[in-house]
Amino acid sequence: MSSVESDVYDIIAEKSAVDRSKLLRDAKLADLEIESLDIVEIIFAVEEKFDVHVPYNANDQELEFETVGDVIDAVQKLIDERTSA
Amino acid sequence: MNRVVITGLGVFSAAGKAVPEFWQTVRDGRSVIGPLTIIDTSQLHVKIGAEIKGFEPKENFPAKQLGLLDRFSQLAVMASREAIRDAGVSFEGEAGEQSACLIGSGVGGQQTLDESYYRIYAEGRKNVHPFTIPRLMLNAACSHVCMEHGVKGPAFAVASACSSSTHAIGLAFHMVRSGMVHTAVTGGTEACIALGTMKGWEAIRVMASDTCRPFSKGRTGMALGEGSAVVVLESLERAKARGARIYAEICGFGMSSDAMDITLPDVNGAARAMTGALKDAGLNPEDIDYVNAHGTGTAANDVTETRALRMALGNEAAEKLAVSSSKSVFGHALGGAGALELIVTVLAIRDKVLPPTANFTERDPACDLDYVPNEARERKIRAAISNSFAFGGLNAVLAVKRFDG
Repeated sequence: MSSVESDVYDIIAEKSAVDRSKLLRDAKLADLEIESLDIVEIIFAVEEKFDVHVPYNANDQELEFETVGDVIDAVQKLIDERTSA
Repeated sequence: MNRVVITGLGVFSAAGKAVPEFWQTVRDGRSVIGPLTIIDTSQLHVKIGAEIKGFEPKENFPAKQLGLLDRFSQLAVMASREAIRDAGVSFEGEAGEQSACLIGSGVGGQQTLDESYYRIYAEGRKNVHPFTIPRLMLNAACSHVCMEHGVKGPAFAVASACSSSTHAIGLAFHMVRSGMVHTAVTGGTEACIALGTMKGWEAIRVMASDTCRPFSKGRTGMALGEGSAVVVLESLERAKARGARIYAEICGFGMSSDAMDITLPDVNGAARAMTGALKDAGLNPEDIDYVNAHGTGTAANDVTETRALRMALGNEAAEKLAVSSSKSVFGHALGGAGALELIVTVLAIRDKVLPPTANFTERDPACDLDYVPNEARERKIRAAISNSFAFGGLNAVLAVKRFDG
């Protein structure tokens, strides 16, 4: 497991009161019952931890992230973009 | 119990610095949401909003008075001047003591707060301006309106975020209806376009990237606006006795608390506030021709409000009436929104015209009522309601009807 993956699990587990054992790459966000305020807190924690900006709008009616793996990949991408910039 | 009528209107908004200009802009559906210039937006992701242009405080207030006025108070005083001149009321003698002043605001003197923090934390200065507290306090706008016009009866600020001015006007309505006072100067104000505040709004992730498109498919959220509106309420008896021009009658006020979520709206709470307003007014759903929506343009509000309208009014009535959101024109003026939107409602009744929802692009299947997209339409409005559904689940709805004598 990469440190990014591990850190993302830590953040999601802490902010949404989801059992860390439930957090796998394949875990569907919808199944984890993460509430809307939890999502913005998770994004904030991710931004703080990795020093990135996550361009997220709560009004987007298309779901960008389906699984926890999608979130991890998106964060890794933002980190890569930042370090290569 | 007195009947309560509206005898004066005043606005100071991004859509117009006086009522005629304001109403024309709203009627035309001409959105004034655009790139912000009153602050430096280089540090912000959200760079749009509805700001008041061409306002020079020094030209409107003597220096000594200006030093005490945060922008949110400046806007309220400007709006109150127009309203009171329009009503032709005097507060001399006993009249002042028998008049109330209730001014809503969500956060009060944000500009002063932001500047003070900057001085201490960024510039490392050892002190702040002595007028910092009197400028930023939430009641400052109310106090300055009282001082400007000599209102000496019950007076205080009302706070419920986006519902502040609707709650203020509703409470003022109660005071006049009960006979506690015969006149009330009431409304709301907000001037929170400051860097710190904008950062706060960005962080909640509900701000539009393009513009505010209430009820439209693919809408991306809300746009902030600044502004103030003030109305003069009087008992019908007093208004008639002095030959006042009567715009409309406030006939009901409904309030509720969702008790659910601190940001997301709840269909039941919203519906209860609307039902409450109608019941208080003695009106039936089919009596309502127009709804001025809360209509912030967020995915959550617009769908919830649509469902709440159907729940409160029943499908038949909801499908016959027209709904529009003025936030599409002048943004979300937070503590000033309810008052600005009440004035839109009153003028719609007066002129028999439905103001449009601007920036409407495509129909959202989940928002399936008549939102008067982009163009105003003529319609005789017998009665209307104006909705405010705030963060924290605090809902306020005013019912207004045509006054025919």
